[in-house]
Amino acid sequence: MPGFLLNRFSQSIVLLVIVSIIGFTVLNFMPGGPLAQFGLDPGMTQKDIERLAEQLGLNRPLWIQYFDWAWRLVQGDWGHSFRDGTPVLAVIGRHLFATLLLMGTSTALAIAIGSWIGIRGATHRYSLFDYCATIGAMVALSVPTFWFGLVGIYIFTLKLGWVPAGNMYTIGDGSVPDYLHHLILPSLVLSLVHVAVWSRYMRTATLDALSQDFVKTARAKGLSERRILLKHVVGNALLPMITLAGVQLPSILTGALVTETIFTWPGMGRLFLDSLGYSDYPMVMGLLIFSAILVVLGNLVADILVALVDPRIRLS
Amino acid sequence: MTDIAAHLPPIRWWHSRGVRRFMRHHLALLGFAMIALLVLACVLGPYALPYDSLHIDMRARFAPPLSGHHYFGTDPLGRDLAVRLLMAGRVSLLVGFSAMLLSTLIGTLVGVTAGYRGGWIGAALMRTVDGFLSFPSIFLVLALAATLRPSPMMITVIIAVTSWMEVARIVEAEVRSLREREFVQAARMVGLSGRHIMLREILPNATGPIIVAASLTVARAILLEAYISFLGYGIQPPLPSWGNLLNGAQQYLASAPWLAIIPGAAITIAVTSFNFIGDGLRDALDVRDDHI
Repeated sequence: MPGFLLNRFSQSIVLLVIVSIIGFTVLNFMPGGPLAQFGLDPGMTQKDIERLAEQLGLNRPLWIQYFDWAWRLVQGDWGHSFRDGTPVLAVIGRHLFATLLLMGTSTALAIAIGSWIGIRGATHRYSLFDYCATIGAMVALSVPTFWFGLVGIYIFTLKLGWVPAGNMYTIGDGSVPDYLHHLILPSLVLSLVHVAVWSRYMRTATLDALSQDFVKTARAKGLSERRILLKHVVGNALLPMITLAGVQLPSILTGALVTETIFTWPGMGRLFLDSLGYSDYPMVMGLLIFSAILVVLGNLVADILVALVDPRIRLS
Repeated sequence: MTDIAAHLPPIRWWHSRGVRRFMRHHLALLGFAMIALLVLACVLGPYALPYDSLHIDMRARFAPPLSGHHYFGTDPLGRDLAVRLLMAGRVSLLVGFSAMLLSTLIGTLVGVTAGYRGGWIGAALMRTVDGFLSFPSIFLVLALAATLRPSPMMITVIIAVTSWMEVARIVEAEVRSLREREFVQAARMVGLSGRHIMLREILPNATGPIIVAASLTVARAILLEAYISFLGYGIQPPLPSWGNLLNGAQQYLASAPWLAIIPGAAITIAVTSFNFIGDGLRDALDVRDDHI
């Protein structure tokens, strides 16, 4: 286990370094570079900007600037928002909860619904249900999240009036049922694509587990199919799904950005779009890097979890 | 020798096993037919309809579908939605196709180089692939699209630059497994250059997986374009695209729901079709099945 952990940690650190290099490259694409905000200030002449660039070390070779920038990232100095001067990391922190709440709920929903469809598809292989699930999954993967969200709002808010059209809570209320009421539609919308992915993988994993020797043994012992499924098959089929949850993280974050925009959900995705609108580059950069770090760490946690549960992996 | 060849039926490309298998795959055929229909409609349709996509008619604002000759209704400026949808299809499909070509090219080059060279070059390239994959694609695409000038060409490049990694991974794995095969060793012994072996000897054997990945990349590229144009950072009006048609649709959802529903349906149909085609090609071109 220590060898496995060390190996996995060093891989993640290498990946974080590469992520930061890509991020730094994007930063240098931004118009006017890091001093863009002063270009709009009528009190600043070109000479002032050049002097400032020299003071801040922006005329040094790029690789020295990179190390300087990366070192400040490591220390937690992610710059300040152009909009109100608050530290970038603090602003991200304020929006993190909403995003994690949305992502967590929709992942839980996707796992529950997707696993059910996948297991049923595997036990009733080539049935009408299986056939519909296969085609349905492919269509679900093709539906733009924002369109599904708009159709959802049209049906469930405008026509049926069951759920609110947006926001995380009603101002002046904010109780737990109120949060849940606001959470239903966005988390269902966000989970659609992932229900499709999970059901496909779960179907394959269940079929795989069903053909194993221990299932034959269980059948030979005379266990009921239901017991075999619950005790022997589902557990083994769910194991590779932990890795899948990690792999799915970037796409959940992408979906979250779109979902948050439509449902005016006060999370990281909306913050990102707002910051783009204000040309708030430190904020944009911070969120870009932060989302990638979240993905790298998420995958690391998933791999460690799998290794904890499955001895075959940590020993190999 | 020539006598025998003359008496054999000519071998044509549509007799190949791959084509026959593809034809058996009904969903893929359906997808193929849908795309053919969409392309045809987008290319020819605007000439058949009596409206111009930019013609503003303030008397016909928010006309619901099937009112007069406005088959899909009109938008807040009274422009005909049907003709705008078809013009948008030209842009969206073109951007999707071009982005696929470019990203397949990048992915193939990176994959072949990494797989054939191996060693530290291969490791560095593949870790770069991992790095790009760590970014949620829309964050990267939006950050680039917001800072670079969003012309259709630039959007295509941005989408390609952020979606070549899957192809690179597939090609790298394929090339790595082919690298030590006898025909490659023979080519090396004959003294062929590394570039010749990579492009002429190994790459043709990896075309199956590349074509499958490419068809799925078109689907992805169309979706990405729709996302960023919907959010206002992609194709800029007045040039219509499927994504930016939906751009203002949310505020009219109660009074003019067709503005949101129809373009979204077009995107879904196009993307589903490409996914069906990709799935069919995967079955048809899976070279491993040929050995059974």
